[in-house]
Amino acid sequence: MEQAAARTVVAQVVDPEMPMLTLEDLGVVRGVLVDGDTVTVTITPTYSGCPAMDAIRDDLRAALTQAGYPRVEVRTVLSPAWSTDWISSGGRRKLAEAGIAPPGPAAPRAAGPIPLTLSPAPVVVPCPRCGSPGTEELSRFGPTACTALRRCPSCAEPFEHLKEL
Amino acid sequence: MSRHGTEAGEHDAANAYQSLAETTGHDDPRWAFGTGAEDAAAEITAAVPAGADAADLAAYCQMLGDDALIYSHRLSEWVSNAPELEEDVALANIALDLLGQARVLLARAGHVEGAGRDEDALAYTRTESQFRNVGLAELGDELDFARAIARLLIFSSWRLALLHRLLGSADPVIAAVAGKGVKELTYHRDYAARWTLRLGDGTDESRRRMQAALEAMWPYVEELFRTSEQERRLIEAGVAVDPAGIRSEVDAVLGEVLAKATLTRPDRRPAGTIAGRGGRQGLHTENLGPVLAQLQSMARQHPGATW
Repeated sequence: MEQAAARTVVAQVVDPEMPMLTLEDLGVVRGVLVDGDTVTVTITPTYSGCPAMDAIRDDLRAALTQAGYPRVEVRTVLSPAWSTDWISSGGRRKLAEAGIAPPGPAAPRAAGPIPLTLSPAPVVVPCPRCGSPGTEELSRFGPTACTALRRCPSCAEPFEHLKEL
Repeated sequence: MSRHGTEAGEHDAANAYQSLAETTGHDDPRWAFGTGAEDAAAEITAAVPAGADAADLAAYCQMLGDDALIYSHRLSEWVSNAPELEEDVALANIALDLLGQARVLLARAGHVEGAGRDEDALAYTRTESQFRNVGLAELGDELDFARAIARLLIFSSWRLALLHRLLGSADPVIAAVAGKGVKELTYHRDYAARWTLRLGDGTDESRRRMQAALEAMWPYVEELFRTSEQERRLIEAGVAVDPAGIRSEVDAVLGEVLAKATLTRPDRRPAGTIAGRGGRQGLHTENLGPVLAQLQSMARQHPGATW
């Protein structure tokens, strides 16, 4: 009961860089545990250097404190590493509605050395504005660690793509 | 500007700061530099793996962490200086990934060492001879984009091969950093390889400069595959990977990229060691001093400052 209530509070905290997504949508919440008057939330970063982690920790503490939990601990685990496959289907829909193309399935990890990819993979990323499938990659590194920049020749709009990881 | 206008401006500015404080301030003081984050990762406090010496493990985490920290700082010098905005953003993103890896590795080094030093103490208070990064990480790019690409190609091909094998490290923190790092470095290496192709197989001028950049970096390649004594002992404990053992894999990757880019593999004499000592033993080129002077200036002028 108490566990579920705390989980609901945590689930509603939004990502500071992509506020259309809750932390739950993004798939970074790894556990919520209530023990007496202490709530322990375990989260995982999207990228090693994700600058939003400190803000997320603060936001979680603030939301839980406001909801009446006097002691809040936020722990970070690195393993297993976050994957874009953990973004919920609801999260994918919200991304598309906000003009950010959701990620496709992450590449499975091969057994041998990781192969080079010397030209952009021929993946279809439909334009989140007009739906045209023929979009092109401008840069694999976008304004946040997890997005790439693309352009749609049909509607002539640039857009962000949450790149597969 | 009218007096009224000035007041309105000040009022807006005050509001902006207030709203910043409301969204991020809460009650924790922030360090003026660094992070002060003690709880960066839960795994950091894991026990030292059986058969591994704590001092060796601390040194090894410093090696892997210092490579990332120092190179990250050099990459960040490109912010506002890259030839196009997209490259500015790309190099900054790559720097940020490496900084994230460095933070965890240095926090682990501090914990294992057991002398009360955290990631910030290690980054901001060590002197030059206490850093263990390879020479390649500390060189300057001199705002030559071809040098940036040549170095990133070599560094990311090497680090990716290293981290790929460290996925199986007996140390849970190193294995966790490798798990995230492999994904990140795959992007870094592809970025550098694609630019190497564009510049090498581009105009006469871009080809000439790309080749010159490779020639400038090549003396620092040899050191990447030299095994330190700490690594040698940690290989037996299943913690470390022998850098000498990844040479053929890295050579094959670089060979493939250089051939497709119509570039020639440089034939340069390796940068020397002194009595067998190099970056891993704290012996650095003249390039590290200026990096540390900038990186540590705030922390040294205002020790323990918060805001």
